[in-house]
Amino acid sequence: MGWISPFKLNRLGMLNMNRRNVDYISRYNNRASYPLVDNKLRTKLVVEEYDVPTPKLLQVVRQQHEISRFKTRADGLNCFAVKPAKGSGGKGITVITGREGDHFLKASGAAVPLSYLERHLSNILAGLYSLGGSPDVAIVEDLVESIPGLARYSFQGVPDIRIVVFQGYPVMAMLRLATKASDGKANLHQGAIGVGLNIANGHGLNAVQFNRPVTHHPDMGLALENIVIEDWDKMLAMAARCYEATGLGYMGVDLVVDAKHGPLLLELNARPGLAIQMANGCGLLPRLQSIEALRRPHFTPDERVKFVKDAFGA
Amino acid sequence: MTPRSRIPFYVAIFLLISAGISLATWRHIQLGIPWISGQQEPVWMVEARIDFEGTGDPVMASLNVPESPPGFRVLSEQAASPGYGFSIVEDNGDRRAEWSKREVNGPQTLYFKVQFVADEAVLRQTSRRKPKPEPIFWEEPEATAVEEILEQARTRSSTPESLTRELIKLLQPDSNRAQNTTLLVSETNYMGLLTRMLNHAGIPARTADGLYLEDARRRQNLRPFLQIYDGESWLTFNPRTAEQGLPDNVVLWRQAAVSLLDIVGGDDSEVSFSMLRQTIPALQLAQAESSQNGLSFLSLYQLPIEEQGMFRMLLLLPLGALIVAFMRIVVGIRTSGTFMPILIAVAFVQTTLVPGLIAFVSVVSIGLLMRGYLSSLNLLLVSRISALIILVIFITAGLSIAGYHMGFNTGMTVTFFPMVIIAWTIERMSILWEEEGVHEVFVQGAGSLFVAVCAFLAMSAPVASHLTFNFPELHLVVLGLILLMGQYTGYKLSELRRFNPMKVYD
Repeated sequence: MGWISPFKLNRLGMLNMNRRNVDYISRYNNRASYPLVDNKLRTKLVVEEYDVPTPKLLQVVRQQHEISRFKTRADGLNCFAVKPAKGSGGKGITVITGREGDHFLKASGAAVPLSYLERHLSNILAGLYSLGGSPDVAIVEDLVESIPGLARYSFQGVPDIRIVVFQGYPVMAMLRLATKASDGKANLHQGAIGVGLNIANGHGLNAVQFNRPVTHHPDMGLALENIVIEDWDKMLAMAARCYEATGLGYMGVDLVVDAKHGPLLLELNARPGLAIQMANGCGLLPRLQSIEALRRPHFTPDERVKFVKDAFGA
Repeated sequence: MTPRSRIPFYVAIFLLISAGISLATWRHIQLGIPWISGQQEPVWMVEARIDFEGTGDPVMASLNVPESPPGFRVLSEQAASPGYGFSIVEDNGDRRAEWSKREVNGPQTLYFKVQFVADEAVLRQTSRRKPKPEPIFWEEPEATAVEEILEQARTRSSTPESLTRELIKLLQPDSNRAQNTTLLVSETNYMGLLTRMLNHAGIPARTADGLYLEDARRRQNLRPFLQIYDGESWLTFNPRTAEQGLPDNVVLWRQAAVSLLDIVGGDDSEVSFSMLRQTIPALQLAQAESSQNGLSFLSLYQLPIEEQGMFRMLLLLPLGALIVAFMRIVVGIRTSGTFMPILIAVAFVQTTLVPGLIAFVSVVSIGLLMRGYLSSLNLLLVSRISALIILVIFITAGLSIAGYHMGFNTGMTVTFFPMVIIAWTIERMSILWEEEGVHEVFVQGAGSLFVAVCAFLAMSAPVASHLTFNFPELHLVVLGLILLMGQYTGYKLSELRRFNPMKVYD
């Protein structure tokens, strides 16, 4: 692995960590809005007012003593996901895909007893997965069933779509596919595959894993070219509407395509990562700067989506 | 949202940094605080010893003492004389140490010690009153001889200085001197004659007594020097060689005073001097003088020693913060916990590096093993951390005792590590292990240790602790640099590696 010259990176318009923090996150993101995105429960409630659908909320565990009631309340549930409301980077999310007697089946296929889930809930409440270790609540959501067209590209986990939204304009997107290396999670730094998406039509561009270009999924063996995301325009509009919902100028919107309910919002991220640039093979800076240079910004989400499709379609 | 102009920010940073540097430079010049530690400054300790024989009467001994001899500064004064009342009185430029006692019998010894430091700044001194030449009356045949010699000297000279030089030459026995000179000069009155002749010639002149500073000399006497007034200041001449100026190793003990020693109520008095060359750290010198200076309020020397020790440590922390900021912002090293490396580095300062590293790594690894068991107990987070803190204390105690019995005193140093921080480190590492795998644990652990070692090396450098403690204003510079780094939007070193695959798109 070699080194790249900073001048070359500059020419490619690559946004880097320090610049993202100083010039975009701290300039365009109001701190007061952070709790809105750092808490998945609050995110769900606020975006619903803006017609952005999310997975169905099954229960909320707020107190330690409520854990004992989890068993009875989870009785009728087969597939669900337990998440810390303030978790970050997919930490502390446990996905249960079915039952086997008294045991629950994790996404990896491992059977775990109820006590495992109870301990997990108690860890979440104590703040183990939350930023700064502050006390947290656990949310139990309906498990997303990915549409088969996309699910076949992903090892176990649900493939999700990350769209970076700058001042309400969806500027760049990628599809994240779980792998065995990422333990079924769609986090790029854990080894998930990122597939860059053409912002105009949702067609796949190129793919990276561990920051290196790949052509095939290492576990499923499928070629990663020619991936097309359905309902692309609807997803762009959903992402654009999140700006109105939260007021965050620079954020990452994570969406999934559910087999039954269509595109759903999973979570918002006020500090979206930089790997999306590698998946797209181009830097964010030119797009961000062209939006900053707009003399008359577009007011409605649909206008912004239209502008983006014209301006940044590859 | 329009981006705010950054010019005021950069101006503020510039002011901050230049204020820090100029304040430090100013204090360096004013107080003489050295830039590097261990710089030694010579100090002359001169002891005047007065011996006399008491006669049973009340005694008043009065010794002329120097105030600011040319080329030297008085650092400290001290009198040692059991049973005597002592005070320093000053009368019209004549500064005298006075001892007094009601009834004195037998041989007596009084001591007066002065510490001198060489200082070029006090070389030229002006007198408060313009001295006038004293009128001198000569009797024949001396009057004629004096006139003749002065005439001779005057023809060969143009200024008071040159006249003085010529006169001294004419009065030397080895010069083929005329009869006139032989008539005037005898060994005992030479200095008196010289000053009287100069005064007669209209040049204010006087004798001063100087002391040759040589290390570890005892029973030295003062040597006479000739001083003339040129209208601005007193110039010193060697009365034998006519050499102008004072040698570096001569301190003028008596200048303006009429007498060196006056004793009332004692016989057989004499003064002798002994001296010693001491070297004290320049820093100590600066500290000793700081209390007399207007800038001293900026220094920490006034604090009690215990607080000074605490500040010595505290003032090192900004340096560690600077290192951490640099490593994370510019280099891009991942650490476990933002400032955990500083706290570890502070512990390393107490334990020294290698024992500290061994102790830290062993405590954390044993802790990780125990945490594995705690993890299976299904505990609440707070009680798990609390249990971990107690376990960490057990581990450190165990290591200390084991180390002690095996003969390593270094085992004891584990106690310097902050227990709570270690417990949290273990907890975080353990979670990291479960979630991201052992690779990430090693990356972050090694990153933290690397940054901690860098911070330790910076903080333990003698220059660092010297500068941070003696020039606290230099922290403005550190602050400025940290603020500047807060605005660094360039690529991190690690990103040049991370984004390397982008080469193909260029």
